[in-house]
Amino acid sequence: MSEFLGTIVWPLIWLVLPMLALIVSLLIMLAFLLLFDRKVWAAVALRRGPNVVGPYGLLQSFADFFKFVLKESIIPAGANKGVFILAPLVSFTLAMGGWAVVPVADRWVVADINVGILYIFAISSLGVYGIIMGGWASNSKYPFLGALRSAAQMVSYEVSIGFVIVTVLLTAGSLNLSKIVNAQAGGFYHWNLFGILFPMAVVFFISALAETNRPPFDLPEAESELVAGYQTEYSSSAYLLFQIGEYLNIVLMCAMASILFLGGWHAPLEIAPFTWIPDLGWFVIKVWAMFFLFAMVKAIVPRYRYDQLMRIGWKLFLPFSLLWVVVTSGYLLYFDKLP
Amino acid sequence: MLAAIAFYVFSTVTVLSAVMVVSARNPVHSVLFLILTFFNSAALFVLLGAEFLAMMLIVVYVGAVAVLFLFVVMMLDIDFAQLRRGFLAYLPIGALIGLLLFGELVFISWYWTVSPDAVGHAGNPTPVGMTNTEALGRILYTNYVHVFQMAGMVLLVAMIGAIVLTLRHRVGVRRQNVSAQLARTPAQAVELRKVQPGEGL
Repeated sequence: MSEFLGTIVWPLIWLVLPMLALIVSLLIMLAFLLLFDRKVWAAVALRRGPNVVGPYGLLQSFADFFKFVLKESIIPAGANKGVFILAPLVSFTLAMGGWAVVPVADRWVVADINVGILYIFAISSLGVYGIIMGGWASNSKYPFLGALRSAAQMVSYEVSIGFVIVTVLLTAGSLNLSKIVNAQAGGFYHWNLFGILFPMAVVFFISALAETNRPPFDLPEAESELVAGYQTEYSSSAYLLFQIGEYLNIVLMCAMASILFLGGWHAPLEIAPFTWIPDLGWFVIKVWAMFFLFAMVKAIVPRYRYDQLMRIGWKLFLPFSLLWVVVTSGYLLYFDKLP
Repeated sequence: MLAAIAFYVFSTVTVLSAVMVVSARNPVHSVLFLILTFFNSAALFVLLGAEFLAMMLIVVYVGAVAVLFLFVVMMLDIDFAQLRRGFLAYLPIGALIGLLLFGELVFISWYWTVSPDAVGHAGNPTPVGMTNTEALGRILYTNYVHVFQMAGMVLLVAMIGAIVLTLRHRVGVRRQNVSAQLARTPAQAVELRKVQPGEGL
Protein backbone atom coordinates (compact mmCIF):
# COMPACT_ATOMS: atom_id res chain seq x y z
CA MET A 1 0.00 0.00 0.00
CA SER A 2 2.74 2.42 0.99
CA GLU A 3 4.60 1.50 -2.19
CA PHE A 4 1.48 2.28 -4.19
CA LEU A 5 1.27 5.64 -2.42
CA GLY A 6 4.94 6.34 -3.04
CA THR A 7 5.11 5.40 -6.70
CA ILE A 8 1.73 6.46 -7.99
CA VAL A 9 -0.31 8.67 -5.73
CA TRP A 10 2.29 11.20 -4.59
CA PRO A 11 3.91 11.72 -8.01
CA LEU A 12 0.43 12.08 -9.45
CA ILE A 13 -0.49 14.69 -6.86
CA TRP A 14 2.73 16.56 -7.53
CA LEU A 15 1.94 16.43 -11.22
CA VAL A 16 -1.61 17.65 -10.81
CA LEU A 17 -1.06 20.42 -8.23
CA PRO A 18 0.87 22.86 -10.43
CA MET A 19 -1.51 22.19 -13.31
CA LEU A 20 -4.48 22.96 -11.11
CA ALA A 21 -2.86 26.14 -9.84
CA LEU A 22 -2.13 27.24 -13.41
CA ILE A 23 -5.62 26.45 -14.68
CA VAL A 24 -7.42 28.19 -11.82
CA SER A 25 -5.27 31.32 -11.93
CA LEU A 26 -5.53 31.44 -15.72
CA LEU A 27 -9.30 31.19 -15.70
CA ILE A 28 -9.61 33.89 -13.06
CA MET A 29 -7.23 36.13 -14.98
CA LEU A 30 -9.24 35.42 -18.11
CA ALA A 31 -12.43 36.63 -16.45
CA PHE A 32 -10.85 40.03 -15.89
CA LEU A 33 -9.16 40.05 -19.29
CA LEU A 34 -12.57 39.60 -20.91
CA LEU A 35 -13.87 42.54 -18.96
CA PHE A 36 -10.76 44.54 -19.84
CA ASP A 37 -11.28 43.75 -23.52
CA ARG A 38 -14.84 45.05 -23.38
CA LYS A 39 -13.84 48.11 -21.37
CA VAL A 40 -11.13 49.06 -23.86
CA TRP A 41 -13.53 48.55 -26.71
CA ALA A 42 -16.12 50.68 -24.96
CA ALA A 43 -13.62 53.41 -24.14
CA VAL A 44 -12.56 53.69 -27.77
CA ALA A 45 -16.21 53.98 -28.77
CA LEU A 46 -16.80 56.57 -26.01
CA ARG A 47 -19.09 54.21 -24.13
CA ARG A 48 -18.90 53.06 -20.54
CA GLY A 49 -18.87 49.35 -21.12
CA PRO A 50 -20.11 46.87 -18.52
CA ASN A 51 -20.51 48.78 -15.25
CA VAL A 52 -23.48 47.26 -13.46
CA VAL A 53 -22.38 43.97 -11.91
CA GLY A 54 -20.05 44.65 -9.01
CA PRO A 55 -17.92 47.79 -8.52
CA TYR A 56 -17.00 49.20 -11.98
CA GLY A 57 -18.54 46.09 -13.50
CA LEU A 58 -15.68 43.96 -12.20
CA LEU A 59 -17.88 40.91 -11.70
CA GLN A 60 -19.45 41.06 -15.17
CA SER A 61 -17.57 38.01 -16.46
CA PHE A 62 -18.72 35.92 -13.50
CA ALA A 63 -22.30 36.95 -14.13
CA ASP A 64 -21.86 35.98 -17.79
CA PHE A 65 -20.40 32.67 -16.70
CA PHE A 66 -23.47 31.82 -14.63
CA LYS A 67 -25.75 32.99 -17.39
CA PHE A 68 -24.09 30.64 -19.90
CA VAL A 69 -23.94 27.67 -17.57
CA LEU A 70 -27.55 27.94 -16.46
CA LYS A 71 -28.96 28.29 -19.96
CA GLU A 72 -30.50 25.36 -21.75
CA SER A 73 -28.07 23.69 -24.12
CA ILE A 74 -29.60 23.08 -27.50
CA ILE A 75 -28.35 20.47 -29.92
CA PRO A 76 -29.82 20.88 -33.41
CA ALA A 77 -31.76 17.90 -34.68
CA GLY A 78 -29.65 17.59 -37.82
CA ALA A 79 -26.38 17.84 -35.95
CA ASN A 80 -23.84 15.07 -35.68
CA LYS A 81 -24.28 14.76 -31.94
CA GLY A 82 -20.98 13.28 -30.81
CA VAL A 83 -18.78 15.59 -32.86
CA PHE A 84 -21.01 18.55 -32.00
CA ILE A 85 -20.39 18.06 -28.28
CA LEU A 86 -16.74 17.13 -28.76
CA ALA A 87 -15.82 20.26 -30.74
CA PRO A 88 -15.96 22.86 -27.92
CA LEU A 89 -14.23 20.43 -25.58
CA VAL A 90 -11.40 19.97 -28.07
CA SER A 91 -11.17 23.71 -28.54
CA PHE A 92 -10.98 24.39 -24.81
CA THR A 93 -8.66 21.52 -23.93
CA LEU A 94 -6.13 22.35 -26.62
CA ALA A 95 -6.11 26.02 -25.68
CA MET A 96 -5.47 25.01 -22.07
CA GLY A 97 -2.88 22.40 -23.05
CA GLY A 98 -0.64 24.93 -24.72
CA TRP A 99 -0.16 26.68 -21.39
CA ALA A 100 1.59 23.65 -19.90
CA VAL A 101 4.99 24.70 -21.22
CA VAL A 102 4.72 28.47 -20.71
CA PRO A 103 7.29 29.64 -18.15
CA VAL A 104 5.53 32.31 -16.09
CA ALA A 105 8.60 33.02 -13.97
CA ASP A 106 12.06 31.61 -13.41
CA ARG A 107 11.56 27.81 -13.14
CA TRP A 108 7.82 28.34 -12.71
CA VAL A 109 6.60 26.08 -15.44
CA VAL A 110 4.45 22.96 -15.36
CA ALA A 111 6.47 21.07 -17.97
CA ASP A 112 9.92 22.40 -18.80
CA ILE A 113 10.36 20.36 -21.97
CA ASN A 114 13.20 20.75 -24.47
CA VAL A 115 10.94 21.31 -27.45
CA GLY A 116 8.60 23.72 -25.67
CA ILE A 117 8.18 26.13 -28.52
CA LEU A 118 7.48 23.34 -31.00
CA TYR A 119 4.92 21.99 -28.57
CA ILE A 120 3.09 25.30 -28.51
CA PHE A 121 3.30 25.49 -32.28
CA ALA A 122 1.89 21.98 -32.57
CA ILE A 123 -0.90 22.60 -30.09
CA SER A 124 -1.93 25.87 -31.70
CA SER A 125 -2.00 24.17 -35.10
CA LEU A 126 -4.42 21.65 -33.60
CA GLY A 127 -6.75 24.42 -32.47
CA VAL A 128 -8.28 24.47 -35.93
CA TYR A 129 -9.89 21.08 -35.32
CA GLY A 130 -12.27 22.38 -32.69
CA ILE A 131 -13.52 24.92 -35.20
CA ILE A 132 -13.76 22.57 -38.18
CA MET A 133 -15.52 19.93 -36.11
CA GLY A 134 -17.95 22.47 -34.71
CA GLY A 135 -18.67 23.90 -38.14
CA TRP A 136 -19.17 20.54 -39.77
CA ALA A 137 -21.16 18.89 -36.99
CA SER A 138 -23.66 21.77 -36.84
CA ASN A 139 -24.93 20.63 -40.25
CA SER A 140 -25.78 24.17 -41.24
CA LYS A 141 -24.37 26.40 -43.94
CA TYR A 142 -23.11 29.39 -41.94
CA PRO A 143 -21.11 27.37 -39.44
CA PHE A 144 -19.64 25.31 -42.25
CA LEU A 145 -18.58 28.35 -44.25
CA GLY A 146 -17.12 29.89 -41.10
CA ALA A 147 -15.21 26.72 -40.35
CA LEU A 148 -13.80 26.56 -43.87
CA ARG A 149 -12.67 30.16 -43.70
CA SER A 150 -11.14 29.67 -40.32
CA ALA A 151 -9.27 26.54 -41.32
CA ALA A 152 -7.80 28.15 -44.43
CA GLN A 153 -6.84 31.23 -42.45
CA MET A 154 -5.19 29.38 -39.59
CA VAL A 155 -3.25 27.02 -41.86
CA SER A 156 -1.95 29.98 -43.88
CA TYR A 157 -0.77 32.06 -40.97
CA GLU A 158 0.82 29.15 -39.16
CA VAL A 159 3.46 29.12 -41.88
CA SER A 160 4.68 32.63 -41.16
CA ILE A 161 4.46 32.05 -37.40
CA GLY A 162 6.67 29.03 -37.96
CA PHE A 163 9.30 31.13 -39.68
CA VAL A 164 9.13 33.78 -36.96
CA ILE A 165 9.78 31.03 -34.44
CA VAL A 166 12.74 29.84 -36.51
CA THR A 167 14.37 33.28 -36.38
CA VAL A 168 13.92 33.45 -32.62
CA LEU A 169 15.39 29.96 -32.27
CA LEU A 170 18.44 31.04 -34.26
CA THR A 171 19.15 33.90 -31.88
CA ALA A 172 18.43 31.91 -28.71
CA GLY A 173 19.94 28.60 -29.80
CA SER A 174 17.35 26.50 -28.03
CA LEU A 175 13.79 25.24 -28.38
CA ASN A 176 13.26 25.46 -24.64
CA LEU A 177 11.12 28.45 -23.71
CA SER A 178 12.98 29.14 -20.47
CA LYS A 179 16.27 29.25 -22.37
CA ILE A 180 14.76 31.56 -24.97
CA VAL A 181 13.71 33.92 -22.17
CA ASN A 182 17.08 33.71 -20.45
CA ALA A 183 18.85 34.52 -23.70
CA GLN A 184 17.17 37.95 -23.47
CA ALA A 185 18.14 38.65 -19.85
CA GLY A 186 19.86 41.80 -18.63
CA GLY A 187 17.73 44.75 -19.68
CA PHE A 188 15.30 45.72 -22.39
CA TYR A 189 18.01 46.38 -24.97
CA HIS A 190 18.71 42.62 -24.99
CA TRP A 191 15.12 41.83 -25.88
CA ASN A 192 14.52 40.35 -29.29
CA LEU A 193 12.13 43.18 -30.02
CA PHE A 194 14.96 45.71 -30.15
CA GLY A 195 17.32 44.14 -32.63
CA ILE A 196 17.45 42.33 -35.90
CA LEU A 197 14.19 40.58 -35.07
CA PHE A 198 12.01 43.70 -34.87
CA PRO A 199 10.27 43.09 -38.25
CA MET A 200 9.57 39.54 -37.15
CA ALA A 201 7.86 40.86 -34.03
CA VAL A 202 5.50 42.85 -36.24
CA VAL A 203 4.87 39.83 -38.46
CA PHE A 204 4.26 37.71 -35.37
CA PHE A 205 1.78 40.16 -33.92
CA ILE A 206 -0.29 40.36 -37.09
CA SER A 207 -0.09 36.63 -37.66
CA ALA A 208 -1.18 36.06 -34.08
CA LEU A 209 -4.24 38.22 -34.73
CA ALA A 210 -5.07 36.12 -37.76
CA GLU A 211 -4.26 32.83 -36.10
CA THR A 212 -6.61 33.50 -33.20
CA ASN A 213 -9.38 34.83 -35.47
CA ARG A 214 -9.28 38.19 -33.76
CA PRO A 215 -10.55 41.36 -35.43
CA PRO A 216 -9.59 42.66 -38.00
CA PHE A 217 -9.22 39.05 -39.19
CA ASP A 218 -12.36 37.65 -37.55
CA LEU A 219 -13.84 36.51 -40.84
CA PRO A 220 -14.82 33.07 -39.53
CA GLU A 221 -17.37 34.78 -37.33
CA ALA A 222 -18.07 37.86 -39.41
CA GLU A 223 -21.53 38.65 -38.10
CA SER A 224 -22.60 40.63 -41.16
CA GLU A 225 -22.06 37.65 -43.45
CA LEU A 226 -22.09 34.47 -41.42
CA VAL A 227 -24.25 35.23 -38.34
CA ALA A 228 -21.69 33.97 -35.82
CA GLY A 229 -19.67 31.64 -38.01
CA TYR A 230 -18.90 28.24 -36.57
CA GLN A 231 -20.57 29.15 -33.27
CA THR A 232 -23.98 29.87 -34.78
CA GLU A 233 -25.65 26.67 -33.59
CA TYR A 234 -24.00 26.64 -30.19
CA SER A 235 -25.57 27.78 -26.95
CA SER A 236 -24.96 27.76 -23.20
CA SER A 237 -21.92 25.85 -21.88
CA ALA A 238 -20.72 24.66 -25.27
CA TYR A 239 -20.66 28.24 -26.53
CA LEU A 240 -18.92 29.31 -23.35
CA LEU A 241 -16.23 26.66 -23.88
CA PHE A 242 -15.66 27.93 -27.42
CA GLN A 243 -15.37 31.49 -26.15
CA ILE A 244 -13.00 30.59 -23.32
CA GLY A 245 -10.91 28.51 -25.72
CA GLU A 246 -10.67 31.40 -28.12
CA TYR A 247 -9.63 33.84 -25.43
CA LEU A 248 -7.17 31.35 -23.94
CA ASN A 249 -5.56 31.11 -27.35
CA ILE A 250 -5.35 34.89 -27.54
CA VAL A 251 -3.73 35.11 -24.12
CA LEU A 252 -1.40 32.28 -25.10
CA MET A 253 -0.36 34.30 -28.14
CA CYS A 254 0.21 37.33 -25.87
CA ALA A 255 2.34 35.15 -23.61
CA MET A 256 4.23 33.85 -26.62
CA ALA A 257 4.87 37.38 -27.85
CA SER A 258 6.20 38.40 -24.44
CA ILE A 259 8.39 35.28 -24.24
CA LEU A 260 9.75 35.47 -27.77
CA PHE A 261 10.23 39.21 -28.08
CA LEU A 262 9.76 40.99 -24.75
CA GLY A 263 12.10 39.03 -22.52
CA GLY A 264 9.48 36.97 -20.69
CA TRP A 265 9.68 37.41 -16.94
CA HIS A 266 12.76 39.64 -16.99
CA ALA A 267 12.46 43.25 -15.80
CA PRO A 268 13.20 45.91 -18.44
CA LEU A 269 16.11 47.18 -16.35
CA GLU A 270 17.94 45.31 -13.61
CA ILE A 271 17.92 48.29 -11.21
CA ALA A 272 16.02 49.18 -8.07
CA PRO A 273 12.46 50.26 -8.87
CA PHE A 274 12.06 47.64 -11.59
CA THR A 275 13.40 44.75 -9.54
CA TRP A 276 10.85 45.34 -6.76
CA ILE A 277 8.22 43.70 -8.90
CA PRO A 278 8.65 39.90 -8.87
CA ASP A 279 9.28 37.86 -12.03
CA LEU A 280 5.71 36.67 -12.22
CA GLY A 281 4.53 40.27 -11.98
CA TRP A 282 6.60 41.31 -14.98
CA PHE A 283 5.32 38.40 -17.00
CA VAL A 284 1.71 39.25 -16.18
CA ILE A 285 2.30 42.93 -16.96
CA LYS A 286 3.74 42.05 -20.35
CA VAL A 287 0.86 39.72 -21.15
CA TRP A 288 -1.65 42.41 -20.21
CA ALA A 289 0.20 44.98 -22.29
CA MET A 290 0.10 42.69 -25.30
CA PHE A 291 -3.56 42.01 -24.65
CA PHE A 292 -4.18 45.75 -24.55
CA LEU A 293 -2.72 45.95 -28.07
CA PHE A 294 -5.01 43.13 -29.18
CA ALA A 295 -8.01 44.93 -27.68
CA MET A 296 -7.05 48.23 -29.27
CA VAL A 297 -6.68 46.62 -32.69
CA LYS A 298 -10.12 45.08 -32.26
CA ALA A 299 -11.61 48.46 -31.42
CA ILE A 300 -9.84 50.52 -34.05
CA VAL A 301 -9.24 48.52 -37.21
CA PRO A 302 -12.11 47.60 -39.57
CA ARG A 303 -12.51 44.03 -40.79
CA TYR A 304 -10.40 42.82 -43.68
CA ARG A 305 -11.71 41.35 -46.89
CA TYR A 306 -11.02 37.64 -47.14
CA ASP A 307 -8.91 37.71 -50.30
CA GLN A 308 -6.82 40.51 -48.87
CA LEU A 309 -6.24 38.46 -45.75
CA MET A 310 -5.02 35.53 -47.81
CA ARG A 311 -2.90 37.84 -49.92
CA ILE A 312 -1.07 39.23 -46.90
CA GLY A 313 -0.47 35.76 -45.52
CA TRP A 314 0.89 34.09 -48.60
CA LYS A 315 2.29 36.89 -50.75
CA LEU A 316 3.73 39.22 -48.12
CA PHE A 317 4.41 37.51 -44.83
CA LEU A 318 5.61 34.18 -46.16
CA PRO A 319 8.28 35.52 -48.55
CA PHE A 320 9.29 38.24 -46.12
CA SER A 321 9.68 35.95 -43.14
CA LEU A 322 11.55 33.44 -45.29
CA LEU A 323 13.89 36.23 -46.37
CA TRP A 324 14.31 37.32 -42.78
CA VAL A 325 15.33 33.81 -41.72
CA VAL A 326 18.19 34.09 -44.22
CA VAL A 327 19.02 37.65 -43.13
CA THR A 328 19.02 36.72 -39.45
CA SER A 329 21.23 33.69 -39.91
CA GLY A 330 23.60 35.68 -42.10
CA TYR A 331 23.75 38.44 -39.49
CA LEU A 332 24.37 36.00 -36.66
CA LEU A 333 27.08 34.22 -38.61
CA TYR A 334 28.82 37.38 -39.84
CA PHE A 335 28.95 39.08 -36.44
CA ASP A 336 29.76 35.78 -34.74
CA LYS A 337 26.69 35.96 -32.50
CA LEU A 338 25.55 32.39 -32.94
CA PRO A 339 24.84 30.90 -29.52
CA MET B 1 5.27 3.09 -13.04
CA LEU B 2 3.43 6.15 -14.28
CA ALA B 3 5.26 5.82 -17.59
CA ALA B 4 4.10 2.22 -17.91
CA ILE B 5 0.48 3.23 -17.26
CA ALA B 6 0.82 6.04 -19.78
CA PHE B 7 2.28 3.64 -22.34
CA TYR B 8 -0.60 1.19 -22.02
CA VAL B 9 -3.20 3.96 -22.17
CA PHE B 10 -1.68 5.57 -25.26
CA SER B 11 -1.02 2.33 -27.12
CA THR B 12 -4.50 0.99 -26.39
CA VAL B 13 -6.09 4.18 -27.66
CA THR B 14 -3.81 4.12 -30.73
CA VAL B 15 -4.78 0.59 -31.68
CA LEU B 16 -8.47 1.08 -30.98
CA SER B 17 -8.68 4.31 -32.95
CA ALA B 18 -6.72 2.74 -35.81
CA VAL B 19 -9.35 0.02 -35.91
CA MET B 20 -12.05 2.68 -35.86
CA VAL B 21 -10.43 4.45 -38.84
CA VAL B 22 -11.28 1.51 -41.08
CA SER B 23 -14.53 0.51 -39.44
CA ALA B 24 -16.24 3.86 -38.84
CA ARG B 25 -19.33 4.33 -41.01
CA ASN B 26 -18.91 8.06 -41.54
CA PRO B 27 -15.74 9.08 -43.41
CA VAL B 28 -15.42 12.26 -41.37
CA HIS B 29 -15.37 10.15 -38.22
CA SER B 30 -12.69 8.03 -39.86
CA VAL B 31 -10.48 11.06 -40.38
CA LEU B 32 -11.08 12.22 -36.82
CA PHE B 33 -10.05 8.78 -35.55
CA LEU B 34 -6.99 8.97 -37.79
CA ILE B 35 -6.09 12.22 -36.08
CA LEU B 36 -6.51 10.55 -32.70
CA THR B 37 -4.21 7.77 -33.88
CA PHE B 38 -1.54 10.27 -34.96
CA PHE B 39 -1.85 12.10 -31.68
CA ASN B 40 -1.42 8.98 -29.57
CA SER B 41 1.51 7.81 -31.68
CA ALA B 42 3.11 11.17 -30.98
CA ALA B 43 2.57 10.54 -27.28
CA LEU B 44 4.29 7.15 -27.67
CA PHE B 45 7.23 8.93 -29.35
CA VAL B 46 7.44 11.23 -26.33
CA LEU B 47 7.54 8.22 -24.02
CA LEU B 48 10.42 6.83 -26.11
CA GLY B 49 12.32 10.09 -25.67
CA ALA B 50 11.96 11.15 -29.31
CA GLU B 51 10.35 14.47 -28.50
CA PHE B 52 11.33 16.22 -31.71
CA LEU B 53 9.83 13.48 -33.85
CA ALA B 54 6.67 13.59 -31.79
CA MET B 55 6.23 17.33 -32.30
CA MET B 56 6.99 17.03 -36.01
CA LEU B 57 4.42 14.25 -36.34
CA ILE B 58 1.81 16.55 -34.83
CA VAL B 59 2.79 19.68 -36.74
CA VAL B 60 3.10 18.01 -40.13
CA TYR B 61 0.59 15.19 -40.10
CA VAL B 62 -2.06 16.39 -37.70
CA GLY B 63 -1.67 20.12 -38.23
CA ALA B 64 -1.41 20.13 -42.01
CA VAL B 65 -2.01 16.82 -43.78
CA ALA B 66 -5.01 15.69 -41.75
CA VAL B 67 -6.63 19.13 -42.06
CA LEU B 68 -6.53 18.73 -45.83
CA PHE B 69 -7.92 15.20 -45.54
CA LEU B 70 -10.72 16.51 -43.40
CA PHE B 71 -11.40 19.31 -45.86
CA VAL B 72 -11.65 16.95 -48.80
CA VAL B 73 -13.77 14.40 -46.98
CA MET B 74 -16.16 17.06 -45.70
CA MET B 75 -16.57 18.65 -49.11
CA LEU B 76 -17.19 15.39 -50.95
CA ASP B 77 -20.78 14.33 -51.18
CA ILE B 78 -20.34 10.67 -50.39
CA ASP B 79 -23.13 8.18 -50.82
CA PHE B 80 -22.64 5.84 -47.89
CA ALA B 81 -24.89 3.12 -49.30
CA GLN B 82 -22.88 3.10 -52.52
CA LEU B 83 -19.69 2.95 -50.50
CA ARG B 84 -20.87 -0.09 -48.54
CA ARG B 85 -22.32 -1.98 -51.49
CA GLY B 86 -19.32 -4.07 -52.47
CA PHE B 87 -18.39 -4.88 -48.90
CA LEU B 88 -19.60 -8.48 -48.81
CA ALA B 89 -18.40 -9.25 -52.33
CA TYR B 90 -14.88 -8.13 -51.56
CA LEU B 91 -14.81 -9.56 -48.05
CA PRO B 92 -13.29 -12.99 -48.88
CA ILE B 93 -10.36 -11.66 -50.89
CA GLY B 94 -9.75 -8.84 -48.42
CA ALA B 95 -9.82 -11.27 -45.51
CA LEU B 96 -7.44 -13.58 -47.38
CA ILE B 97 -4.89 -10.79 -47.97
CA GLY B 98 -5.21 -9.65 -44.37
CA LEU B 99 -4.74 -13.20 -43.13
CA LEU B 100 -1.65 -13.64 -45.31
CA LEU B 101 -0.07 -10.44 -44.01
CA PHE B 102 -0.90 -11.39 -40.45
CA GLY B 103 0.56 -14.85 -40.99
CA GLU B 104 3.78 -13.33 -42.32
CA LEU B 105 4.02 -11.05 -39.31
CA VAL B 106 3.56 -13.99 -36.95
CA PHE B 107 6.15 -15.95 -38.92
CA ILE B 108 8.67 -13.10 -38.69
CA SER B 109 8.18 -12.57 -34.98
CA TRP B 110 8.51 -16.33 -34.41
CA TYR B 111 11.90 -16.62 -36.13
CA TRP B 112 13.25 -13.16 -35.25
CA THR B 113 16.86 -13.23 -34.12
CA VAL B 114 19.16 -10.29 -33.59
CA SER B 115 22.59 -10.67 -35.16
CA PRO B 116 25.33 -10.49 -32.52
CA ASP B 117 27.24 -7.76 -34.36
CA ALA B 118 24.10 -5.68 -34.99
CA VAL B 119 24.82 -3.59 -31.91
CA GLY B 120 28.05 -2.33 -33.44
CA HIS B 121 26.25 -1.31 -36.62
CA ALA B 122 23.57 0.69 -34.83
CA GLY B 123 23.78 4.15 -36.45
CA ASN B 124 24.48 7.17 -34.35
CA PRO B 125 23.00 6.96 -30.87
CA THR B 126 22.04 10.20 -29.17
CA PRO B 127 25.22 11.55 -27.55
CA VAL B 128 25.11 12.14 -23.82
CA GLY B 129 24.34 15.70 -22.74
CA MET B 130 22.72 16.67 -26.01
CA THR B 131 19.05 17.16 -26.68
CA ASN B 132 17.21 15.06 -29.16
CA THR B 133 16.72 17.99 -31.52
CA GLU B 134 20.38 18.94 -31.49
CA ALA B 135 21.52 15.40 -32.17
CA LEU B 136 19.11 15.06 -35.09
CA GLY B 137 20.21 18.41 -36.47
CA ARG B 138 23.87 17.49 -36.28
CA ILE B 139 23.33 14.23 -38.13
CA LEU B 140 21.07 15.74 -40.78
CA TYR B 141 23.11 18.85 -41.45
CA THR B 142 26.65 17.48 -41.16
CA ASN B 143 26.75 13.78 -42.03
CA TYR B 144 23.89 13.65 -44.50
CA VAL B 145 23.54 17.24 -45.68
CA HIS B 146 23.64 16.37 -49.39
CA VAL B 147 21.00 13.67 -49.13
CA PHE B 148 18.90 16.01 -47.05
CA GLN B 149 19.17 18.81 -49.59
CA MET B 150 18.38 16.46 -52.44
CA ALA B 151 15.23 15.37 -50.64
CA GLY B 152 14.36 19.03 -50.27
CA MET B 153 14.91 19.62 -53.98
CA VAL B 154 12.68 16.67 -54.88
CA LEU B 155 9.93 18.09 -52.69
CA LEU B 156 10.35 21.54 -54.20
CA VAL B 157 10.14 20.17 -57.73
CA ALA B 158 7.03 18.19 -56.79
CA MET B 159 5.45 21.30 -55.30
CA ILE B 160 6.21 23.47 -58.32
CA GLY B 161 4.95 20.67 -60.58
CA ALA B 162 1.67 20.52 -58.70
CA ILE B 163 1.24 24.28 -59.00
CA VAL B 164 2.08 24.28 -62.71
CA LEU B 165 -0.35 21.44 -63.37
CA THR B 166 -3.27 23.07 -61.59
CA LEU B 167 -2.70 26.75 -62.33
CA ARG B 168 -4.71 28.07 -65.22
CA HIS B 169 -5.37 31.66 -66.11
CA ARG B 170 -8.86 31.95 -67.48
CA VAL B 171 -9.29 34.70 -70.02
CA GLY B 172 -12.00 37.26 -69.48
CA VAL B 173 -11.72 37.23 -65.71
CA ARG B 174 -11.13 40.63 -64.17
CA ARG B 175 -8.19 40.30 -61.84
CA GLN B 176 -7.20 42.55 -59.01
CA ASN B 177 -4.00 44.48 -59.56
CA VAL B 178 -2.96 45.52 -56.09
CA SER B 179 -0.04 47.73 -57.05
CA ALA B 180 -2.23 49.62 -59.54
CA GLN B 181 -4.84 50.10 -56.82
CA LEU B 182 -2.29 51.39 -54.37
CA ALA B 183 -0.79 53.72 -56.95
CA ARG B 184 -4.10 55.53 -57.48
CA THR B 185 -4.20 59.06 -56.13
CA PRO B 186 -7.20 61.32 -55.42
CA ALA B 187 -6.19 63.44 -58.41
CA GLN B 188 -6.72 60.48 -60.74
CA ALA B 189 -9.78 59.06 -59.07
CA VAL B 190 -11.91 62.03 -58.03
CA GLU B 191 -13.11 64.91 -60.14
CA LEU B 192 -14.76 68.02 -58.76
CA ARG B 193 -17.59 69.39 -60.89
CA LYS B 194 -19.67 72.45 -60.39
CA VAL B 195 -23.30 71.35 -60.64
CA GLN B 196 -25.84 73.97 -61.52
CA PRO B 197 -29.15 73.74 -59.64
CA GLY B 198 -31.84 71.86 -61.54
CA GLU B 199 -29.52 70.68 -64.32
CA GLY B 200 -27.63 67.69 -63.15
CA LEU B 201 -24.52 66.46 -64.84
